[in-house]
Amino acid sequence: MSTATIYLEGLSLLGPGMSDWAEAVPRLLGQQPFQVDEVRLAAPSILPATERRRAGAAVKLSMAVGLAAVEDADADAAQLPNVFSSTGGDCENCHSLLEVLASSERMVSPTRFHNSVHNAPAGYWGIATKCTEASTSLCAYDATFGAGLLETVTQAHSAGKPCLLIAFDTAYPEPLYAQRPIPYPLGVGMVLSPEHSAVSKAALRLSFSDEPASRMDDAQLEALRQGIPSARSLPLLHLLASGQPGRVVIDYLDDCRLAIEVVE
Amino acid sequence: MQALRLSAYTLTSALGAGLASHLDALRRQRGGIVRKRWETVEFDVCVGEVAGLDEVVLRQDLAYYDCRNNRLAQLGVEQDGFIASVEQAVARYGASRVGVFLGSSTSGILSSEVAYRQRDPETGALPPEHRYRETHNAYSVADFVRRFFGLSGPAAVVSTACSSSAKVFGTAQRMIAAGLIDAAIVGGVDTLCLTTIYGFSSLQLVSSNPCRPFDGERDGISVGEGAAFALLERAEQPQDGDILLIGVGESSDAYHMSSPHPEGLGAKAAMAQALQQAGLTPADIDYINLHGTATPSNDAAEGAAVLALFGSATPCSSTKGHTGHTLGAAGGIEALICALALDNGVMPGGVGTQQLDARLQCNYLLTTVERPLRHVLSNSFGFGGSNCSLVFSRVGA
Repeated sequence: MSTATIYLEGLSLLGPGMSDWAEAVPRLLGQQPFQVDEVRLAAPSILPATERRRAGAAVKLSMAVGLAAVEDADADAAQLPNVFSSTGGDCENCHSLLEVLASSERMVSPTRFHNSVHNAPAGYWGIATKCTEASTSLCAYDATFGAGLLETVTQAHSAGKPCLLIAFDTAYPEPLYAQRPIPYPLGVGMVLSPEHSAVSKAALRLSFSDEPASRMDDAQLEALRQGIPSARSLPLLHLLASGQPGRVVIDYLDDCRLAIEVVE
Repeated sequence: MQALRLSAYTLTSALGAGLASHLDALRRQRGGIVRKRWETVEFDVCVGEVAGLDEVVLRQDLAYYDCRNNRLAQLGVEQDGFIASVEQAVARYGASRVGVFLGSSTSGILSSEVAYRQRDPETGALPPEHRYRETHNAYSVADFVRRFFGLSGPAAVVSTACSSSAKVFGTAQRMIAAGLIDAAIVGGVDTLCLTTIYGFSSLQLVSSNPCRPFDGERDGISVGEGAAFALLERAEQPQDGDILLIGVGESSDAYHMSSPHPEGLGAKAAMAQALQQAGLTPADIDYINLHGTATPSNDAAEGAAVLALFGSATPCSSTKGHTGHTLGAAGGIEALICALALDNGVMPGGVGTQQLDARLQCNYLLTTVERPLRHVLSNSFGFGGSNCSLVFSRVGA
C-alpha cells in the first residue's frame, strides 16, 4: 500500500558539481555535462558567533541544505518539525574524539563531546532557527535517505503540517575512511506538506517495493548514488528535475526499497 | 493519536536481566550502581553495568556483529519470552509488516575506541578484524535486531542522545498510523564506553558517588547501560489489563547544546503535547517517571517544568538512581518501567536520594508506594535540547 499523498514545497541539493538546485537541474537532466567538483561549505551566518566558530562540515552542510529548502518553500524554519538523517553525523569530530581516547592523555574537550551526539547538527539548527518543534535524528547506514524520507512523510501526516527533511553525509578521515569511504559530502533538503498549497511543486506517494532501484544514466552520478547514502535520492531528484509525473524506485534497505510516484 | 498496545516488553540493566529482577528492585528500592575501575578508565567511576556481557556469545550467523552493544541487545531480547512474541507477530502480519525502531546514543563505538588503540604503527590502519558497519555505526543495533528476527520491513535508529529510545515510540506510532506496518519492535540499547565516561567527566557532569536525583546535594550522573524492547501493535479491541501508549510529545529547546532551558520550557512543551495527544489533563496522571539525571541544572529545569504543568502533588521519581543513566537506552528503559509500574501497581521510590532539594517543589517519592495506577507519564530529555514525553495507560484499571 502507498502512503497518503505528500506535497513537495521546497527542495535543495548540495554536493559535488551541484552547488544548489538550480545548478543541479540541467546536470541531472543531462542538458549540461556533469563534472564532480570539490564541495565548498560555508559557516551559516544565522548561527551565533561561538557556534559558528565550532561548526564542522556536518553542521555547515546540513544547515546549508536546510536553509535552502526552507527558502525554496517560502516557509519559516521556526515552524517546521524536522528530521535529520545521516549515516555518520559529524565524522571529523568523532575521529578526533577517538584519537584523543586512544592517546596517553585522554583530555576530551567538552565541546568535542557534546558535538559527538548524532543530533548535534539538529541541536545547532534549533539554536540558529529558534525552532522548538519536534526534531529527530536518524541513521540507517546506506538506507539513511529512505529512512529520513519515511520519517518526514509520516511525521507531516501525523502533525498535519509541513515538515523539513535534511539528509546529509560527510566522510571520516583515515583510518575509518577505509571502512566507510564516502567520496564527497552531499546533502538534500525537502519541505514536505500533507496539504496541497500555492507553493506545492509536486505530489508524491511512497510504497515499499522489491523491484531493483532506478539508476542514473550518467556514470559519475551513478557512482555518487552508490557511494553516498544521501545520494540514493538521485533518481527521485532526477524525476523531480524533469517536472514530469513518473515513478522511480530508490534504494532503502537491502530487501526493502521505496517506490515513489510523482503524480499530476 | 491512535493508541498502541504493548503486546510484549522486556528490560535488561544493572538491575538484572528480565522484568522480574526489575520489579523486585523497584519494590525493594535496590540500586545497581557500583564503584569500579571500568575497562581502561584511569579513575574509579560509579557505573550501572550489566552483568555477564563479556560472556555473551552472539548467534552464530550474526557473529560478525559482535560488540558490547549487540551482545546486550541479544541478551535483552532473550528475556521474558520476547522472541516468541515477535515470532507470533511475524506469523500474524508477515516479516515485511514488522518495523524495527531502536534508540542508541553511542552504539558500538567501544569497538572503534579499542581499534584506535591498535592502529598499525606504520600505516595508521585499523586492525583488519574491525567491523565499523556492524559495530560502531549508529544503525548497527537495529540492523542486528532486524536480522536476528529475519524481518524485512522498515528500520532505523533514532540517535538524539538521551531522548533516543523514547522518540522511537513516536516513530513507530506514525509508521503504524500511516498503514505502512502492523507492528514494531521499539526500544533502545546503549552500553558503557570511554566516549561517555570521559565526555561527561570533561563537562563535570559525573558524580563521584552513585547519583542522587532531585537531592539538594546532587552533583552529577552515574553512567549506566541497558536494553529495553517492546512490541507495539494497534489497540483495536483493548482488553482489561492491556498497557497502551496513548500520547507522545516531542519538542526542542533551541537553547544550548548541553544545558537545558533553565525554566524547562522544552520539557514542559513535550509533556503538554503528550497529555494533549492522550486527551488527558495533568490531574489524570498518577505517576511521573522523571528524566531526573541528578545534574544540578537538569533536575532544576525539569522540576520547574513539572511544577508549572502539574503543580506539586503528582507523585514522581527518577529511576536513574537504580539503573544509572543509560543514555540512549534511558527513554526506552523508563517507558517500560512505567509499563511495569502500571502492570503491577508500583510507584518506585527513588534510590540514592537522601535529602530532597527544597527548591524543587514536587511530590518526589522517597519510598515505593503500591497502589493501582491508570495513567503514567515518562520524561526523556537529551543533549541538543531534544525532549520527549510518553503517556501510558492500563486498560480497565
